[in-house]
Amino acid sequence: MKKLIPIIQLKPSVEQAKNRAIKVTEKTFDISNKASGFFQEVANMFLFAAQTFKATFSRDFEFKEFLRQCYQIGNKSLPLISVTGIIIGLVLAIQSRPTLMNFGAVTMLPGMVAVSLIREMGPVITALICAGKIGSGMGAELGSMKVTEQIDAMEVSSTNPMRFLVVTRVLAATLMIPLLVLYADALGLIGSWAGANIKGDVTFILYCRQALSHVHFMDFLPAVIKTFVFGAIIGLVGCYKGYNAGRGTESVGKAANSAVVLASLLVIMVDLVAVQITDML
Amino acid sequence: MDTTKTAIADSSYVKTKKLVIDVKNLKKSFGTQKVLQKISMQLFDGENLVVLGKSGSGKSVLVKCIIRLLEADGGSIDILGENVDRLHQDGLMEIRKKIGFLFQSGALYDSMTVRENLEFPLTRIKKDLTRAAVNEKVKEALENVGLYDAIDKMPAQLSGGMRKRISLARTIVLDPMIMLYDEPTTGLDPITSDEISILIKDIQQKYKTSSIIITHDIACARSTANRVVMLHEGQIYQEGSLESFEKSEDMFIKSFFK
Repeated sequence: MKKLIPIIQLKPSVEQAKNRAIKVTEKTFDISNKASGFFQEVANMFLFAAQTFKATFSRDFEFKEFLRQCYQIGNKSLPLISVTGIIIGLVLAIQSRPTLMNFGAVTMLPGMVAVSLIREMGPVITALICAGKIGSGMGAELGSMKVTEQIDAMEVSSTNPMRFLVVTRVLAATLMIPLLVLYADALGLIGSWAGANIKGDVTFILYCRQALSHVHFMDFLPAVIKTFVFGAIIGLVGCYKGYNAGRGTESVGKAANSAVVLASLLVIMVDLVAVQITDML
Repeated sequence: MDTTKTAIADSSYVKTKKLVIDVKNLKKSFGTQKVLQKISMQLFDGENLVVLGKSGSGKSVLVKCIIRLLEADGGSIDILGENVDRLHQDGLMEIRKKIGFLFQSGALYDSMTVRENLEFPLTRIKKDLTRAAVNEKVKEALENVGLYDAIDKMPAQLSGGMRKRISLARTIVLDPMIMLYDEPTTGLDPITSDEISILIKDIQQKYKTSSIIITHDIACARSTANRVVMLHEGQIYQEGSLESFEKSEDMFIKSFFK
């Protein structure tokens, strides 16, 4: 009989079983709420992208605002992209040189750096920097416009805020980010030449000739195409987060922050898909 | 106690003027919170209708539902004979061209100068205007609010009262038929509040507008109202002339007008 006591104690009482069932149900509801919230957010984003696409091809394109946004995104990002581009190239050359020396393949350095810059490092790092600078800027700017009712003011004055605020920004980002990537690639090449010259001696012309002889059209084309997608993603996410910010000032910060996080994540994910597609070609 | 009392004003507007806005059984909730419960009210041609009520009584929600910045849950809204809640985007934009909306915060575009703020709706709605005509209209609107000197300033360089006046200029530059004022004097000192109230009266006379003025400022109501509607807990508590409110023995109304 004594041996039975622990077994009986292990059996949960009706009350305990009820509590456990309630906890499991609550957790299930919590998970399902989070999942439905996630899918709703995804659906809203697609809807926003569709509205932007539709507004892009409607009449009365805001060309002046589009040019202003191109200037804001392109010209004002140049210093940051310049420094980053040079450093990427420099670091890539300095880090790769010892390994290549071990294999007696130092002459491959310009080609290797050029290919990795053009195919991957240039587009992804530039896009991530732009996601931080441009995405957060758009999220904060549109978020504060939402909070201060400026977007509502546009709507009640019969002006389509999607056309003026969103289309111009998304198009400017889509167009400017590929240009910034090309610029970063060029500066990266200069940086890598400087890196190669720290312990070597090669003229710039020779370095460039060697570098570009290893780059093929199919290295260049998919990389350029994906930068347009990166630009569209950064613009859309930044605008979506800002446009749908809440009413309090706190939501401006949240919009900027979540724009950077989501845009960066999507850039990486799209890059993964792009690499897979390129690999199949 | 029946809180919904209606004493239709003896104002001549009700009997003689045509209907501009007709709101019937308007309902709006946010989650479980019922903000508007079967609100029915009318705005007549050329009148200033003041909607009074405590903070949180649903005044701003009402006016935002009228212009469809918020979608109502039930009821109907007719503006100039058009049923607004059935309109698609294009139709809604056409109706909105006839309505000016003064936001509580002013809602000036802070990346644009005062001139650009006024030109923004003007050049997009009245596309056939020449450059000279646009300049003339901007100048006239700014002179009407007494702020032509601020034409090249940025909104950040303006005081609260100036921002409200510029915002008012931005709405009147489009020659609206209907004006909706959302708390036009909130956050302003008594002198500036009086100036804004006088401007509202001037706009009514000069532009022949019909207006709904959302406020809890009794001084503003006294100087602008042709008729008053009081909201309380999402329902119309009383409707009538300003005099009928001033003379009311109801404790809630008395506490407002003391």
